[in-house]
Amino acid sequence: MSTPDLAVARLIKQFADHRAVDELTFQVERGSFFSILGPSGCGKTTLLRMIAGFIVPDGGTLHIGGRSMHGVAPNRRPVNMVFQQLALFPMMSVGENVAFGLARRGVARPERLRRTEAMLERVGLAGAARKRVDELSGGQRQRVAIARSMVLEPTLLLLDEPLGALDLKLREHMKIELKQLQASFGTTFVYITHDQSEALVLSDRVAVMNRGRFEQIGTPQDLYYQPATAFVAAFVGANNRIGGRVIRRDGDLTELTTPEGWVLRARQAGSCNLGDTAAVFIRPEVASLERAADQLPRDHLVFDGQVQSLLFDGANSAVLLNEARSGLEFRVALPQTGRFADLKVGERVAFGFDPQRAICFAGGSEAPAHA
Amino acid sequence: MPELLPQPAWRRRLVLTWLLAPALLWLLLLIVLPHVELALLSLRRRVAPHVYDLSLLQFKTFFIEPLYWQVFVRTAILSALATALTLLVAFPAAWVITKVARGRASALLFVVCLIPFWVSETVRALGWLILLRESGVLPALLVTLHITAVPVEMLYHDATILVGLVYTSLLFMVVPLVSSLESLDNALIEAAYNLGAGGGAILRHIVIPHAAPGITAGCIIVFMLTLGNYLTPTLLGGKNSQWFTELIYTQFIVRFNWEQGAAFGFLLLGLSTAMVALGLRASGQRFVDVMRRT
Repeated sequence: MSTPDLAVARLIKQFADHRAVDELTFQVERGSFFSILGPSGCGKTTLLRMIAGFIVPDGGTLHIGGRSMHGVAPNRRPVNMVFQQLALFPMMSVGENVAFGLARRGVARPERLRRTEAMLERVGLAGAARKRVDELSGGQRQRVAIARSMVLEPTLLLLDEPLGALDLKLREHMKIELKQLQASFGTTFVYITHDQSEALVLSDRVAVMNRGRFEQIGTPQDLYYQPATAFVAAFVGANNRIGGRVIRRDGDLTELTTPEGWVLRARQAGSCNLGDTAAVFIRPEVASLERAADQLPRDHLVFDGQVQSLLFDGANSAVLLNEARSGLEFRVALPQTGRFADLKVGERVAFGFDPQRAICFAGGSEAPAHA
Repeated sequence: MPELLPQPAWRRRLVLTWLLAPALLWLLLLIVLPHVELALLSLRRRVAPHVYDLSLLQFKTFFIEPLYWQVFVRTAILSALATALTLLVAFPAAWVITKVARGRASALLFVVCLIPFWVSETVRALGWLILLRESGVLPALLVTLHITAVPVEMLYHDATILVGLVYTSLLFMVVPLVSSLESLDNALIEAAYNLGAGGGAILRHIVIPHAAPGITAGCIIVFMLTLGNYLTPTLLGGKNSQWFTELIYTQFIVRFNWEQGAAFGFLLLGLSTAMVALGLRASGQRFVDVMRRT
């Protein structure tokens, strides 16, 4: 195995009374797209700024391309960064922006112009070198910011929520473009975001960060289907979270009851004892909906519900139910067939899920209020 | 500008006229009219009691008499020097206020720059006299520290005048600099740093281009104030000050030669206009933009 492009060990940053980054250890493989996903205030920006060299860690080590970054100033690191607001230089043309880093390295002017033009062509902005930065559209600025960094051929490209400022349509488009750019450059990308969809779509591996620590590092599929903690289950993708107390253990299944008296079963992740508080997570697409209980598969737990509201969103349409006994809210994804197009608010329905596909975590109360 | 209320055009014009009237009246009565009068004064020659004719005699005198044009040139050079020194002193101060100090400390530093201006210019200049005269605080201190054997007269040098002028002008440079540096996004500095630039390159390529309108505005204001300053050069420079405003004063008040004084006044106005135009051209900026940005 080659040396990882980024190796972080026991990295610490302490701010007054809270630890922004708490003994983090992880590695990023060469050429991969690595995302750090977490809610605001989880320490991801601090981590990124430590990698870039803008913040000095209070402990631990940081190696980039096998070289220790201890005492190396930001302008001497083989790392470039795409800033949240892009931070393009408004006093320079597009070409001057891209050539800025080359000029600082003392690359001669003809060579600088050649490489700038080649890079602009690569990001689809051929001939834009003379334009002013404010003449560009949001997506084009994004590409200039990436070109400005990539022209320096860094070992590592850091991206600080660069899509945050774009509108939804453009963001979706830039996601695809970013992934293609990363694939074509082959440079290692470290991307931080609070948007789980960006992290899932773009990354080879994702680290979910909470309170200065990584809750889980894995492929997007791992995070989605095998969340390691309640936090990950709640933060990544939509999930129904039902909290209660453990009343029975049955093999790998745990039975729990909510204070309102709703009893359900789920596969146990980790350990828990009878009487412990726990939370069950069921994805909306794991649950199914029928008008009559006997139409649901036999291995499903079956409950009665009443339609509280219909959330039509094309392929992501869902229905919000109230479970009949407890009145608790439960979200079920609607099938794409349009079979339930005539569903009405207030209608009584049956819903259920396979307990093997629902996950139970002990505690589970530290899960984030869903964004 | 968003419209507050839909109004017919004539009413908006009327409101605008009323709002601008005090300022326009002030400009007309105190600036335009006296200057018209001065212009007429400067262009006439007394041929007999109460008989005048049109003449360029006063301007000719200025060029023929070496003292006059030499003082004029000296005033221009020292003013430019004072402006440059003020910029050099004010820039780091403005940088600290906007980019280094945080919150209260930043506000406090700004107030520190402002405090001297709570005191009148005369009192401030007299303060310098107390510090710098031969029997003053600083010469005494130098003797105590065995740096000089006897008290040195520190007043009446060009350097003293410059120190006084810089001190008087500092705030007028700091304010536009602070406002232009405040609008500089820190991310731009970090981005430049991240792309491999050192301190010098960041200053040259990012900070100065961004702050250029503020620098220009500050320099224009300070240069004009310095050029037209009378009190500070007179008090700190004494007889040696040779400041052009003194010549104007002498013509009007001592010699009672209003015609010559008016001509000098116009020459000074011409000088400051020319220098400002030159400065703007050199920095590639337009006056309207500079004034709007600050």
